[in-house]
Amino acid sequence: MKRLLLGDQAIAQGAIDAGLSGVYAYPGTPSTEITEYIQDSPQARERGIHSRWSANEKTAMEAALGMSFMGKRALVCMKHVGLNVCADPFVNSGMTGTNGGLVVLVADDPSMHSSQDEQDSRFYGKFAMVPTFEPSNQQEAYDMMSVAFDFSEKMGLPVLMRVTTRMAHSRAVVEIADTPKDQNALNYNAKASNWVLLPAFARKRNEIVTAQQPILEQIAVESPYNKYVDASNHQLGIIASGIAYNYLMECYPNGDCPYPVLKISQYPIPKKLIRRMTDDCETVLIAEEGQPFIEDQVRGVMPGNAVIKGRLTGELPRTGELNPDLLKAALGLPTDEAYKTCEDVAPRPPALCQGCGHRDVYTALNQVLLDYPNARVFGDIGCYTLGFLPPYKAIHSCVDMGASITMAKGASDAGQWPAIAMIGDSTFTHSGMTGLLDAANENANIVVIISDNLTTAMTGGQDSAGTNKFEAICRALGVSDEHLHVVNPIPKNMPEITAILKQEIEYEGLSVIIPRRECMQTLQRHLKQKKAK
Amino acid sequence: MKTDIILCGVGGQGILSIATIIGEAAMKENLYIKQAEVHGMSQRGGDVQSNLRLSSEPIHSDLIPLGGADVIISMEPMEALRYLPFLKKDGWIITSSTPFINIPNYPDVEVIKSDLQKIGNVILLDIEQQAKDAGVPRSANVILLGAAQKALGIEYEKLEDAIRRVFGRKGDAVVDANIKALSIGKAAQK
Repeated sequence: MKRLLLGDQAIAQGAIDAGLSGVYAYPGTPSTEITEYIQDSPQARERGIHSRWSANEKTAMEAALGMSFMGKRALVCMKHVGLNVCADPFVNSGMTGTNGGLVVLVADDPSMHSSQDEQDSRFYGKFAMVPTFEPSNQQEAYDMMSVAFDFSEKMGLPVLMRVTTRMAHSRAVVEIADTPKDQNALNYNAKASNWVLLPAFARKRNEIVTAQQPILEQIAVESPYNKYVDASNHQLGIIASGIAYNYLMECYPNGDCPYPVLKISQYPIPKKLIRRMTDDCETVLIAEEGQPFIEDQVRGVMPGNAVIKGRLTGELPRTGELNPDLLKAALGLPTDEAYKTCEDVAPRPPALCQGCGHRDVYTALNQVLLDYPNARVFGDIGCYTLGFLPPYKAIHSCVDMGASITMAKGASDAGQWPAIAMIGDSTFTHSGMTGLLDAANENANIVVIISDNLTTAMTGGQDSAGTNKFEAICRALGVSDEHLHVVNPIPKNMPEITAILKQEIEYEGLSVIIPRRECMQTLQRHLKQKKAK
Repeated sequence: MKTDIILCGVGGQGILSIATIIGEAAMKENLYIKQAEVHGMSQRGGDVQSNLRLSSEPIHSDLIPLGGADVIISMEPMEALRYLPFLKKDGWIITSSTPFINIPNYPDVEVIKSDLQKIGNVILLDIEQQAKDAGVPRSANVILLGAAQKALGIEYEKLEDAIRRVFGRKGDAVVDANIKALSIGKAAQK
């Protein structure tokens, strides 16, 4: 049957239809909709597929690995920077291998629409020696899930599936199966000698996994997803991977590209096919979404006769996402642009919602900090990062999940006062708790603000792992009752909030203030749901 | 048949519900569809757009090339201008005339309107007021859709049918309000 699905939804349905037993994830744009789709799917519910959010990508990856250990098919989803958080279990899953199929779905965000960097996850696949798939459209993404789970079980390895924003967040008509495959039964085939990575055993695994690499490459050469289409004009050959392939074909509306084209959607790179192109063509243009991953390898290992062009030589931009116009320019085709950019249009950056509790927190903080011109506020990842922009201009850093608390501590260790951390509830349970433990163990002279809006707001209002547990968590980690405050961030309470802030800045030691008020977006949704009942 | 559409506005204005109706109509016609959306941080009051492509032939790119859009449908007049380089020479702009001012440096509204009028094929509509006057205040965006019907190249009745299917679950009153809004838009076409 046919369905109009986002790339993310096609992946989710593909996983369900492949006999998935559990999805594990922490929300992150542009990957969030995969897990949400499975959570909302009646099919998934009937089949008892696990789909609850995990506290972070590392716990998600490890739980998925545990499910694979028991022989069942598990999917773990994240945005690209989430792969950094779970790099340890991910890389080591390449060593242990799998029992049940394991697919690690990573959604990269080139051009950083909602991210702090544009790292390319294919590099992780290469150095972890994990075979990698990169679908170029929604149908392929759907079909690949089944193939990837089968492949994972056949090779005994996890599969990294890499998508990018434009595929994840674009809808297309997808032909899907009528009924999902059955789930695997629990089995005890996982051999402890593979899974106990003691050095003596890990060395053996390392040899086995390394020896699999030429086999993976041969499979990539023969893969239907790596397709060489010859053409008459050999002055140029084009290698296009993932979604860049679509932009290339967009330049030739009737499908009449005059040059040979190698489409790559499965890694390790198919060297034999690339060699054919570098031998046959005078110049090779490489178009890939993200960093020059293929291009670097082609330059390194293929000293053929061909001139290599791509992101490293300026035919395509070194950074940022691709689009059909960049491909046109690289191919020397004319643009159809008819109207110039209108000079009167002003930029419209995103902003905190009207009525948002974070706004009141920043208002209070800014008011208090008028008396402390040297104060430094370490921000974190979430809607409240927008507090950097006018009118608040309230934070001095935003680096990675949880870094507010640990950086404030480091700054305080360096002699900074006041050092203030501003972190959201979901980010705190994702990666802030361990940092708070460090701070409590040394009674660091910092003020930690956990701005609790009872949800994971920026990604659209998913459940937050620590809701109703924050005071207990802080106490358990060693925050004293006397310096643990909960406030309601509304304008009326400004005098109370500013007084507490001032008092805790003056206190020489660790304080935690928890402003708590529901996110406006989820509040409106909840009111609507109530009304509908 | 091939129509490339840019839907735009400010995060929270509901451009995606217009896309849903068009998508529904196109699905029924067995057309190929690609619809690239914006999710995440920019939804919070920032500029948002969706590239919607319909075709009787397979569509490659999720993104519309420069000078490729047949129509820009915008919930906000300045946002319509933001995507001007993507419009075909003879393409259409169908936009709400009501500015959404949430930035301190919003340009003079008259300048924006005159910039829009410089494009030959423009329909500027005070959809908020028209929707209120017609007693369908929550269907303002569907007025825009009605006004874009010819530019979209989709038969009017097929958009009506799509509205019935998309809003059917919400009851007759909602369906009727949206069909009324669609007809107001249709009448405003040039």
